[in-house]
Amino acid sequence: MAEERRQKQCSVTLPTESMKAIAESIGVGQLQEESCTALSEEVSYRIKEIAQDALKFMHHGKRRKLTTSDIDNALKLKNVEPLYGFQSQEFIPFRFASGGGRELHFYEEKEVDLSDIINTPLPRVPLDVSLKAHWLSIDGTQPSIPENPPPVPKEQQKVESTEPLKVVKPGQEEDGSIQAKGKDKGLIRLKPRSTHELSVEQQLYYKEITEACVGSCEAKRAEALQSIATDPGLYQMLPRFSTFISEGVRVNVVQNNLALLIYLMRMVKALMDNPTLYLEKYLHELIPAVVTCIVSKQLCLRPDVDNHWALRDFAARLMAQSCKTFSTTTNNIQSRITKTFTKSWLDDKTQWTTRYGCIAGLAELGPDVIKTLILPRLTVEGARIKAVMEGPVISNIDKIGADHVQSLLLKHCASVIAKLRPQPDVVDQYRTDYGYLGPMLCSHVMKARTQAALQAQQVNRTTLTITQPRPTLTVSQSGLSGSTGPRTPSIIKVPSSLALMSQRPGTPSQPSPPATKYIVMATSSGAASTQQVITLSSSQSASPVTTSVHSATSALQPLVKLDSGGSTGLTASRPLQKYIVVSLPPSASSSLEPKSTVIPTPIPSASLDGGLKLERSDSPGVRTQSPH
Amino acid sequence: MRCHDFPKLELPVFSSAHAHFICKMAAVQGGLVDAVEEKTIKSEPVADATANNSANDARAPSSSPGSGVSPGVNKPAAGAAEDQQTLLAVLQFLRKNNLSESVEILRREAGLPEDSLDQKGGDSTGTGLGGPEADGRTDAGSLLSRVTVSSSAPLKSGKVAVAEDQPDVNVVLSAYSQQGDPALYEVYYSGLKKFIETVLDCHRAELSQVFYPLFVHMYLELVYNNHENKAKAFFEKFSGDQECYYQDDLRVLCSLTKKEHMRGNETLLDFRTSKFVLRISRDSYQLLKRHLQERQNNQIWNIIQEHLYIDIFDGMPRSKGQIDAMSGSLAGEAKREANKAKVYYGLLKEPEIELPLDDEDEEAENEEGKPKKKKPKKDNMGSKSKKQDPNAPSQTRIPLPELKDSDKLDKIMNMKEATKRIRLGPDNLPSICFYSFLNAYQGLTAVDLTDDSSLIAGGFADSTVRVWSVTPKKLRKVKSAADLNMIDKESDDVLERIMDEKTASESKILYGHSGPVYGISFSPDRNYLLSSSEDGTIRLWSLQTFTCLVGYKGHNYPVWDTQFSPHGYYFVSGGHDRVARLWATDHYQPLRMFSGHLADITCTRFHPNSNYVVTGSSDRTIRLWDVLNGNCVRIFTGHKGPIHALAFSPNGKFLASGATDGRVLLWDIGHGLMVGELKGHTDTIYSLRFSRDSEILASGSMDNTVRLWDATKAFDLETDDFTAATGHIHLQDNSQELLLGSYMTKSTPVIHLHFTRRNLLLAAGGYNP
Repeated sequence: MAEERRQKQCSVTLPTESMKAIAESIGVGQLQEESCTALSEEVSYRIKEIAQDALKFMHHGKRRKLTTSDIDNALKLKNVEPLYGFQSQEFIPFRFASGGGRELHFYEEKEVDLSDIINTPLPRVPLDVSLKAHWLSIDGTQPSIPENPPPVPKEQQKVESTEPLKVVKPGQEEDGSIQAKGKDKGLIRLKPRSTHELSVEQQLYYKEITEACVGSCEAKRAEALQSIATDPGLYQMLPRFSTFISEGVRVNVVQNNLALLIYLMRMVKALMDNPTLYLEKYLHELIPAVVTCIVSKQLCLRPDVDNHWALRDFAARLMAQSCKTFSTTTNNIQSRITKTFTKSWLDDKTQWTTRYGCIAGLAELGPDVIKTLILPRLTVEGARIKAVMEGPVISNIDKIGADHVQSLLLKHCASVIAKLRPQPDVVDQYRTDYGYLGPMLCSHVMKARTQAALQAQQVNRTTLTITQPRPTLTVSQSGLSGSTGPRTPSIIKVPSSLALMSQRPGTPSQPSPPATKYIVMATSSGAASTQQVITLSSSQSASPVTTSVHSATSALQPLVKLDSGGSTGLTASRPLQKYIVVSLPPSASSSLEPKSTVIPTPIPSASLDGGLKLERSDSPGVRTQSPH
Repeated sequence: MRCHDFPKLELPVFSSAHAHFICKMAAVQGGLVDAVEEKTIKSEPVADATANNSANDARAPSSSPGSGVSPGVNKPAAGAAEDQQTLLAVLQFLRKNNLSESVEILRREAGLPEDSLDQKGGDSTGTGLGGPEADGRTDAGSLLSRVTVSSSAPLKSGKVAVAEDQPDVNVVLSAYSQQGDPALYEVYYSGLKKFIETVLDCHRAELSQVFYPLFVHMYLELVYNNHENKAKAFFEKFSGDQECYYQDDLRVLCSLTKKEHMRGNETLLDFRTSKFVLRISRDSYQLLKRHLQERQNNQIWNIIQEHLYIDIFDGMPRSKGQIDAMSGSLAGEAKREANKAKVYYGLLKEPEIELPLDDEDEEAENEEGKPKKKKPKKDNMGSKSKKQDPNAPSQTRIPLPELKDSDKLDKIMNMKEATKRIRLGPDNLPSICFYSFLNAYQGLTAVDLTDDSSLIAGGFADSTVRVWSVTPKKLRKVKSAADLNMIDKESDDVLERIMDEKTASESKILYGHSGPVYGISFSPDRNYLLSSSEDGTIRLWSLQTFTCLVGYKGHNYPVWDTQFSPHGYYFVSGGHDRVARLWATDHYQPLRMFSGHLADITCTRFHPNSNYVVTGSSDRTIRLWDVLNGNCVRIFTGHKGPIHALAFSPNGKFLASGATDGRVLLWDIGHGLMVGELKGHTDTIYSLRFSRDSEILASGSMDNTVRLWDATKAFDLETDDFTAATGHIHLQDNSQELLLGSYMTKSTPVIHLHFTRRNLLLAAGGYNP
């Protein structure tokens, strides 16, 4: 290897053509081939010489990158005038063009409008050099502070978990810390293992964090989750967190404590968001917990009222995300998960809740999975739904379940079908292909198509943006749903696109929030203008305007109020009943995460009641149109 | 003794006229030194001594060569003929440039007859290099005479014309002109290779050392004789066989394919002018010799005779590991006699000043100080016993500046802090405080901290030097002369009054250099700061006025490093010109020039007793120089890359060195031996530091880590007499046991380390986001 490389280095010289080109450029035509060869060898040698000297300057400059100034200095060393004008810090953008058998690299000069230069504000003055001190080590152990790198870099965590045989060359961090504590005097050199002792500070931190995560104060929870998602020093605590979550889910599923399950899932989300953690080692605890939250028969005390569907959706998205991140050929997570979902879906005795979870879990895995696994079963599933919806009433719960499954199927399948099927959407055709769900699918597909077309037009339309990276949603819930028909009105569905678009997607809300966190407003209340309240009322209007709210100016304001209407979008005018207040954490910084700023939710036309009122159609088709 | 000539002057701080004068003189002096002459100086010891007179920058004011300790300590006796050869080259050069006076002087000094130059010069140009041939004949013995006869016949015809136009370089290179059939080179080489592969295992490793120098010289011969394609083929065929640590040199070599390139290529001149030193046991050598004689392999035998210095020892052949540990330098290993000179590595006795003040202070602090009173006395006993250290140089071996009152105060502070010092050890690691330079934009090139850790200075690529105070005490300038006049000089707080309160700030910027600042060093009394730069100057700055006092010129090329002596007054510098210079702050010319390195001097350090200076170089050797007489007393080889960090242990006995190869090597100065190797870093090591009591060695590297090593254990080994005598060491591979901790920074290379007086480790580097 090295040998070959060296030989290459030996033989590399500039092509004689360059010599000719350079000679021509200074007015010497007709350079002989011999002189070209001689020149190119000489020039190559000199260039190598200068490069070697320049390397010296790089070393003494304590850098890893060779800069143009190093070359200048090397030239100076040889008593050659340096080349001026190459001080640019940036990459010099040579452009390449070929044609007519010639290849050219050239420096592109743009035309610059003088007025542009004059009018552009001056760039920021570069900051002056400053000195900052921090503790790299205290009595031999490195504190986990932001100034220090994460104790175990993510790459190493990954290597550790995927290739356990290659683990930690001795003498790296852990080895050092073990010896530092004087326990391992090197008598027997065991393979170093990461110690699982937590320092007092870490124990305190763990206690605080876990309490805040499952406690009642939403602001504290937001802070705790933020900390989990960003803190670099959590590696040591990861096993604790994962056990906490898995045990928590185990207990709370039995207890049907929906709120706690949601909190725990949000913790999972935060852990996954932390850029310094690699969760692969703990998936055996986390995945069962997440899957439980997707497919469990019962997640809440009152299945007819509580919105456990949102939890299932959220957990399904988490599952999809972890499949995407951690699935490898060795652990086969995705295929195993898919198998699990499919198996229980195919089972006739499966309850509607589980059925919903399976479908949601599969659907989140992407259009390919939908195409191969869900679409072929639409007919069967349609028949089953039909049996519940139109058959003799068995129980209200089954009906709700079937209803949700139906909307879920419609939501996920419509966009896939829209891409698969050719244009004319004939209802009968759909009926024969998909059975009971056919006609509804047909209308959804058509909506999806129009929406896609509209969005294509609206690419450049100005959008209002919701700017905070992690909106926390609080759901107000009346608990009385009699007037609104069969469905519970407490659904808040964060559009699925939100999860994909933003780093920290909206999270499902807790069903019974602390009273301080929401505002209930009458439908006609006009006082909301100062509060920037968005009311989403459910109605049929489906004009796909992308709307969101800008909030950078307000520190902590109740922002979004979502209302979910009752019946599945059958009646056009229906009084609003509920509001969901979205409280924004004060730290919301608007400009930092451009990705999260736009929520292309197809939220329908704003209504007029003083505050910005967004009406949201409850009919599932709307959401299917959202691109992601 | 010569040393009494040193004036014991302190540099007047405010005398700008003085500084001016010095600058002017230095400029004149700098102009005189011709680059070519400098090169000659550094390449040959004898030429060094003589040419110094003519070049007007002699080693010491009153020195004449040979007056002190014999200058020939590190010079092989066998090289006499070769030296004469070089002298002739110098003479020729001088004559060519019409420096007839210098010719005269040099000729007289060297004791050459008047006509020798003409005769020899004519010889070398006219009859095709009879000179070197004849010289070679005298010491090569009967075998060689046979060789020369047979090989000199064909070459005489070809070489005449070329040699005429460039007498100086050609004389140096001319040895390459003896030439056999170029086609046979590969055969010769592979023949030898086959032979060495078949010898007994115990000899194979030793004999394999021959490969690299042979390869280089054969290649150069081919190039020199214009067999470009043959040379390339030869290179391609055998370069892969060479040890990986020669790769950098091979890269230089492979770019060199034409005779024209050889002129002015310094690496090449090094190969020619310095013999490659190999250490081979007698048995192995006999084996090689017999083989070559049997095969009549004259070509190779010639090269071995002329370009290689084989240091033969009696005893067991060395193992591959032992050889690898010591090899890697540009010119082979150090000769054994090079490390034989006595080195006074002990510490100087501390002056006894602390007692009265200490007592006073303690009484002030606590009244029932009766039992404590005894303690400082005991400490004193300890320092008295140090006086008997047989390895310490005499107190006056090098004249040192007298202690001022402020120095005494500082020493007392030091003592006091020392009593509060934490005892470090494997179970008690130091805390590390890291100073990150933010917004440096990759421009931080050097850092230094004062001994009492109150100031930190950074050298930057934008030619500035910045000084920060890391204590709450701000940096203040002295008032202007006019304001100073108004001060009541009798008042007690006059020292406080002269400071200008308006200028107080946390940091000051020093402008003056015109190139990146590569080396920086505080004086022990914190009044001065030295900086060395790419612009070839070393500047002395006052930390009272924050202005430049002197620019020391002498290095004509970038100065890579500089450091103050631990006693102040002297400082050492080294740079691209391969000469390390010893200066005193009040002399504009260097007091000593240490020449011998074959490539850039990359770092320089003072021994704790100020009697020695150590330099590390790109030629991958470390040399220890005696300040008294300018001799090189130790040569350490073993690094495989340019050396970028050096540190003496506080007791002066040991030296640690770090290089681009990411290894730390430990050396016993007294015995001149390598005693340890610390592997673990993955990139260049830029800083090394021992804790105040030598228990811990800290290393900082480009790989963004600080590592702590158990120094006590590393040096705790029994060197029996045999190893000391032969210089063979057997290194254990125990780096992992010695590594006590490794601390990663956040993309911040560690370029400076410092233990405070209480053994807190301070580290510094520039953050590269």
